[in-house]
Amino acid sequence: MRTLYLAFKYSAILLWSAFVIFPFLWALTTSFKTANGVTGGATWIPWVQYEPSIVGWQSLFGGAGGINVMQPFANSLIVTLTASAISIALGTLAAYALSRFSFKFLWMRNSDITFFFISQRIMPPIVLSIPFFLMLRTLGLLDSLPGLILVYVALLMPIAVWVMVDFFNGIPRGLDEMAWMDGCDPVTTFRRVILPNAVPGLVVAGMFCLIFGWNDFFFAFTLTFTQTQLLPVAIVSLNSSVTPWWALSAAALVSIAPLVVLAFVVERFLSKGGLAGAVR
Amino acid sequence: MYRQKYLFLLPGLLVLVAIILFPLLFTIRVSFSSWDVYNPGLNWVGGENYGRLWEDARYWEALLRLTGLTVGTVLLQYTLGFALALLVWREVVARRLFRVLFLIPMMTTPVVMSVLWRTIFHESLGPLNPILEGIGIGAVPWLSQSTWSFIAVMIVEIWQWTPFMFLLLLAGLLSLPNEPFLAAKIDGAGPIRTFLSVTFPMLGAISVGAILIRLIEASKIMETVYVLTSGGPGTSTETSSYYIYIRGMRDFQIGYSAALSLTYLIIMIVTLTIVAKLLVRALVRDQA
Repeated sequence: MRTLYLAFKYSAILLWSAFVIFPFLWALTTSFKTANGVTGGATWIPWVQYEPSIVGWQSLFGGAGGINVMQPFANSLIVTLTASAISIALGTLAAYALSRFSFKFLWMRNSDITFFFISQRIMPPIVLSIPFFLMLRTLGLLDSLPGLILVYVALLMPIAVWVMVDFFNGIPRGLDEMAWMDGCDPVTTFRRVILPNAVPGLVVAGMFCLIFGWNDFFFAFTLTFTQTQLLPVAIVSLNSSVTPWWALSAAALVSIAPLVVLAFVVERFLSKGGLAGAVR
Repeated sequence: MYRQKYLFLLPGLLVLVAIILFPLLFTIRVSFSSWDVYNPGLNWVGGENYGRLWEDARYWEALLRLTGLTVGTVLLQYTLGFALALLVWREVVARRLFRVLFLIPMMTTPVVMSVLWRTIFHESLGPLNPILEGIGIGAVPWLSQSTWSFIAVMIVEIWQWTPFMFLLLLAGLLSLPNEPFLAAKIDGAGPIRTFLSVTFPMLGAISVGAILIRLIEASKIMETVYVLTSGGPGTSTETSSYYIYIRGMRDFQIGYSAALSLTYLIIMIVTLTIVAKLLVRALVRDQA
């Protein structure tokens, strides 16, 4: 019975692992192919089944038949990091206020304001993309990094607020009250007492901002043309009727790599129990 | 109490309102105009667009399809994510390695993965059909037949977002106290009984949160459809976002697509609020 259970358990784990790895392995082997290697049907093993070449990888740095990923990579990095930093700073402050003080604007109370922040996520990108297009054109920010950062802040701040409100609600109010009794004003309390205790929450919020910022496609797709290309847009532009699968696979792997590191960070937090408080 | 409280809230709130207010008001205004490629500009046509969308079967079909797709994938993601979290929760060889592995798909760019999946589903050159033939299932017309394209989209969504459920549920599992499990053991409860009356109820609140977030995010599905199937074959994988995109960005019927967007938004907010209430009532015991 126990052996049967273990056999089932490990085959389930291995089966899912295979499903997860499958696209990556396929991309890796395809990235070393040439046109001949691709049109010969699906093959996996270099040298045995096809003659490997590094044409796909060369094309990433200006070689023929692909895209130069360096500039889009840098653009993506700048937009994601700047927008995430702004979103987390503003979002954390707002979340602290919503968790600790009570507000009333007209009929709106704290929970309504929190819902206003979070409800921005319900809006599909397509709803906003046309007005954003016109807005950025009016501001002269179309096809530019600052324009994209502006849009991404609206995209990411709700995530930061959502994570941090929950997180601050989990920090006992007694902590603030003790600081107030010691004569700290709210700003000092926040800086000295709350912020140091909020690091796990900030990590989670930061992680989600990076994921959704780096991985967004639609706004980058509709709000930029040629001057400012982000990485996902550059890669999708390779996708046409005669797609160079080798260049595509190499570029895809390069664009995915930076965030895969995040999986290790998250796991570390998870296994140490640091994440538990942040998602409750 | 403190005036400084506004110092915390207002910067974020004002920035968000400033960025979001114009697009929202603009969309409302445009939805009452017939702005299109021939007559760009704001005129007033009253509720004409709304009357038209009421009759637009393609729009309602897309919404129905989206509902099926969203509910189906999110439930599968939840079940699979929960199962995976339970699998690597306790005594497992190399569990940290498997935890990292199970998290990785949610870190990858959906649109980039979709482009890769398109090569995988390729009917003559992709690697999937040879494998299916090898195990005796036979080749599948992945992207050229309606049912199979729908399944292909679901597979990609499940691959991408099951890790999100896995992450939240595993974090929940790891934060559970040990005592209830000891008590269940002393009472002689087997693993299935323990799961049903101890583990699952204690994860009720997290489950509701995870399912709601995924419902919200999954209903926006766009990239997978755009890259993988372009809504086809025919309109068999067309979802609401994609249909609005076709009308707005491809046909350039700005006015009509604004009306579609707003109707969609209202339907979503109402539906999600009701779903949230129902889920809380069903799954959260002590807080309800």
